[in-house]
Amino acid sequence: MNVPAKPATITSGGVIGFFRNPMVARLGWAISGLGILAALWLVFGYYIEQNPDTRTFSKFGLIPTLKAFPELLEIGKLQTAVAVSMHRLSEGLLIAVIVGIPLGILVGRKKRFRELTNSPFQFIRMVSPLSWMPIVVYVFSEWHGSIVFLLAIAAVWPVMFSTAAGLAKVDPAWFMVARNLGARPMHMLTRIIIPAITFDILSGLRLALGVAWIVLIPAEYLGVTTGLGYSIQDSRETLSYDHLTAIVVTIGVIGYTLDTLLVVLIRRFSWHRG
Amino acid sequence: MSIRGTEIKIEGLTHRYNAKSPLTFNKIDLVSPPGEVLAIIGRSGCGKSTLLHILAGVLKPTEGKALLNGESVESPSPRWVMMFQAPHLFPWMTVRENVGVGLTFARWSKNEIKKRVDEAIELVELKPHVDSNVQDLSGGQQQRVALARSLVMEPELLLLDEPFSALDAFTRASLQKDVRAIAKRLGFNIVFVTHDIDEAIIMADRAVIMAGSPGNIVHKLDVDLPDPRERQDPSVQELRSRLMTTFEQAAYSKEEAPAAASGQ
Repeated sequence: MNVPAKPATITSGGVIGFFRNPMVARLGWAISGLGILAALWLVFGYYIEQNPDTRTFSKFGLIPTLKAFPELLEIGKLQTAVAVSMHRLSEGLLIAVIVGIPLGILVGRKKRFRELTNSPFQFIRMVSPLSWMPIVVYVFSEWHGSIVFLLAIAAVWPVMFSTAAGLAKVDPAWFMVARNLGARPMHMLTRIIIPAITFDILSGLRLALGVAWIVLIPAEYLGVTTGLGYSIQDSRETLSYDHLTAIVVTIGVIGYTLDTLLVVLIRRFSWHRG
Repeated sequence: MSIRGTEIKIEGLTHRYNAKSPLTFNKIDLVSPPGEVLAIIGRSGCGKSTLLHILAGVLKPTEGKALLNGESVESPSPRWVMMFQAPHLFPWMTVRENVGVGLTFARWSKNEIKKRVDEAIELVELKPHVDSNVQDLSGGQQQRVALARSLVMEPELLLLDEPFSALDAFTRASLQKDVRAIAKRLGFNIVFVTHDIDEAIIMADRAVIMAGSPGNIVHKLDVDLPDPRERQDPSVQELRSRLMTTFEQAAYSKEEAPAAASGQ
């Protein structure tokens, strides 16, 4: 018997069903939260402007900030700053991944190596990344290298420790089964270890991204004449507070977007259920 | 899929885990002809699983050797594959990927892998689930995937360490019959360790009883029954009680007089 197919609607539950869809509900809550934040900012800007004592800072408000975006885009300041900062961030994270994943695998797999390196790694990890600044300016001939180093040293620990922790949770029987089926060391790495701990590596990378993004801005306050951190400093010195807040908003948007991208990647590559 | 069995020869096999630990078992001798399904039964601690691990090349004997068609077992090999109590599938892979993983290690061509994997999956009756993630399968289906993953390597010897003990009674009974049927159809050897006398009767051509500390083989019993074997058959019941009596007698006599017991 031929049953006519239902016409494609938003959901079979109509409008109420649409809003009960978990993804739509999540998006709704997120937009509402951001809406509340914007409203608070608007009110805050209004009172600053109304008060003669604080009127100088009225450009910190929401409306001047939104108006600053086209100006910044027109002169190319925002795009350049974003491009430079993202370039530094990418290099720092890439180094953290290249160093952190193999070190994490060694720490997770080799007991002796773990015992040997645990104390020095924990010691170095606890040193604030920015406190390396006076040393690295002597080591690197230009500021760019110094900043990338600071980002890398801030980001390497979450990647490394997450990788090692992921490996510690791997079922040892998988190695035995793989060996039994003829796996060689390279197969163990590429077919067993990496897929088994992709979730942990990406979770570590997400933490690393957060730390590196936070370190990047103050690192760019020092010495350089490009990047988002420098642009904040420059806007403060020229009393362009609307530009300053526009750059702060941009930093937030980029950080949030990158974090969301990693959450999507984590979901895509995670084999864990529940 | 064509698999040939192997002659298993165990000569004076002795094992201890380290210099200070007591012997796990002492001077075991055993021969199993090609195509035989051999059950090793015994109480916990008599060294059954250790013996199986040595046959798999996962453990090394302290003395003696295990030979498969005259070749000494020194390390794991796809020719002698072990299946464990839990399936230990790779949860990030589908059924097809799990079954074919050993062939990718051996660098088989994609077409050949697909052909052999399809055959193995058909053999264990999992065709409808071929592209499912293994986490979506039941315990019994997962154990079937593990079986297919072993069979696809076309091993001469399949070693099973209490492979069905974690499954429910119905699934266990069905897998016991299926595994025996597949082994007989393809002709490879099985050596399996079990605590379950029924499992030994349903699956094996011969059962060997291990007992004592250090362990040794104290009795062998031919399970000369026609296929298919049903638990409720009088002949199965009769052999079951014989094996049970022999098992208890052998175990007690070994415990009472360990020094007097000899191998075989």
